[in-house]
Amino acid sequence: MTPVISLQQVTKVYGSGEATVHALRGVDLVVERGDYLAIMGASGSGKSTLMNIIGALDGATAGHYELDGINIDSLDESGLSIVRNRKIGFIFQSFNLIPRTTAQSNVELPLLYRGVGRKERAARATAALESVGLANRGHHEPNELSGGQQQRVAVARALVAEPSLLLADEPTGNLDSQSTKDVLDLMDVMHQQGRTIVMITHEDDVANRADRVITLIDGLVSADRWNRPRGQRSRTVTA
Amino acid sequence: MNLVETIRIGLRGVTANRLRSGLTVLGILIGVAAVIVLVAVGNGSSLAVTQSIEKLGTNTLTIRHGSFGPPGSGGQTQFKDLTVADATALMDATVAPDVKSASPVVSSGTTCTFEGTSYDTSVTGTWPSYFEASNNTIASGDYFVNDDVVNSRRTVVLGQTVVDELFGTVDPVGSEIICAGTPFTVTGVLETKGSSGFSDSDDVIIAPLTTVQSHLTGYGSLDSILVQTASADVQEAAQSEVYAILDDRHDTTDTSSRDYQVLNQASLISTVEDTSQVFTVLLGAVAAISLLVGGIGITNIMLVTVTERTREIGIRKAIGASKSAIMGQFLVEATVLSIIGGVLGVLTAILVTRFQIAGTTPVILPISVIGAFGVSVALGLFFGSYPANRAASLRPIEALRHE
Repeated sequence: MTPVISLQQVTKVYGSGEATVHALRGVDLVVERGDYLAIMGASGSGKSTLMNIIGALDGATAGHYELDGINIDSLDESGLSIVRNRKIGFIFQSFNLIPRTTAQSNVELPLLYRGVGRKERAARATAALESVGLANRGHHEPNELSGGQQQRVAVARALVAEPSLLLADEPTGNLDSQSTKDVLDLMDVMHQQGRTIVMITHEDDVANRADRVITLIDGLVSADRWNRPRGQRSRTVTA
Repeated sequence: MNLVETIRIGLRGVTANRLRSGLTVLGILIGVAAVIVLVAVGNGSSLAVTQSIEKLGTNTLTIRHGSFGPPGSGGQTQFKDLTVADATALMDATVAPDVKSASPVVSSGTTCTFEGTSYDTSVTGTWPSYFEASNNTIASGDYFVNDDVVNSRRTVVLGQTVVDELFGTVDPVGSEIICAGTPFTVTGVLETKGSSGFSDSDDVIIAPLTTVQSHLTGYGSLDSILVQTASADVQEAAQSEVYAILDDRHDTTDTSSRDYQVLNQASLISTVEDTSQVFTVLLGAVAAISLLVGGIGITNIMLVTVTERTREIGIRKAIGASKSAIMGQFLVEATVLSIIGGVLGVLTAILVTRFQIAGTTPVILPISVIGAFGVSVALGLFFGSYPANRAASLRPIEALRHE
């Protein structure tokens, strides 16, 4: 089976001359379908750069990247936007909902850019909001929702288009402990439903919810451990 | 993503900041309204002048007495009077086939009274053919006839303004008014022609030529001869015939220094139209500048909007919005602003032009409405394209990092 993510010797260099920064020095990474991976690392370790490359927001300087069998290196701007739309669901640390736009409309957005019809959009967005437990919050605008609720709307938005990869960048970084638990539980449910999740975090207890944790140091993968064998998820967290 | 969805997102952007959108719309509104109103004023004044000239009769030539050549160029030192005989000569059907009638005209400023009410006006002495030539028709009573001229009867036909001033609501037909000490019997009242803004065409008293000459002006030169041509098409031919006859009768040696002048209504109208067209274009140009300024307002506000919403653009791009979707969103926002401004501008202009402006009744030129509206929409697209392109070209990670 094609892996969801396949990175081969990916490097990323910013700037030139004396100001050159080697953010990534040759990362190899394969993520199979259904994996739940956490990427850890101190600030400056290159994990944000890696996340941008995996998310097709930024191109690598060298190396090879395939997402769900698609060669990302060769894609142009419009190709990348299609990949982001169809293959990736983003969850950001700062939620990044569109302001002055209802939760329902926010969740519909990826479908809108995909060209899905109005009725189907509404139905799928409603279902997605239901799955994150916000069925009755669809008409609220982001500033009327708590941080935890906003992040759950963001999860619904990431899920609604059925992407191959759920990409979360410090999803709990701006949340209190209860909201953190809610969002992580939600991601566990997604994982159990067979979704592929890549999560960036610097908190150990958040990383421990994942099956596999890799640690970046100075642009290289320094550790790669499995919390539990692939596909053998303990069910205690969702009880 | 289809057009309807793009428009819906664009509309949401416009309504998100109502005050700012409103002010931008106001700029376009003023520009569009100014173009339409000012062009309508120019057009209206042009029409008013043309109509007032047409009221004098479109197929007439006016022969005036006096030299109108450049000063000092006069070869003729002796001016010959413009006479009734000249007028009669012009009606020679063989020499001047295109002249339908020629009416000698004298006029004299005078004061007329009726039962203690007095009014300063002027009395025109002429022949009955003058009525048709000058486009005057009787509203009540009757014209005077040739027999009245032959017998110097003291009969007058009054314009409506004179009737209003002297008689008020009383029916003047049959009454007697006194002008310069001479009593005149009112035989008829003319149909009103209305004011042209410059002169009141209803402020007239028309009497038989011989009567006015014997009681008011004396038997000197005529003031003018009003020639009615057979049709508006033969004005040029009639004019040459008039020149031929009068040059002969007045012993004109040099055609550049005649002792009379022929005014052609048709050429007068075209001159006035040319002048007022220049006037209208100037007004329109001034207004167009304000429309342009309104367009720059759109660019300005859209640039602010793009900067302010950089993060939103980043989010949309991360979610998978293509470059063209972002471009479309901001272009639609700019165009919606300009369309709303255009529509409101047209409505404002229609409202404003219902009133008189600077003494003229504005007449909206349909082309100016279509033009101003079209230009405002084009302005939205043109001035919105730079900010929209800037938004669409933002790199998603940088846009996402923007606070």
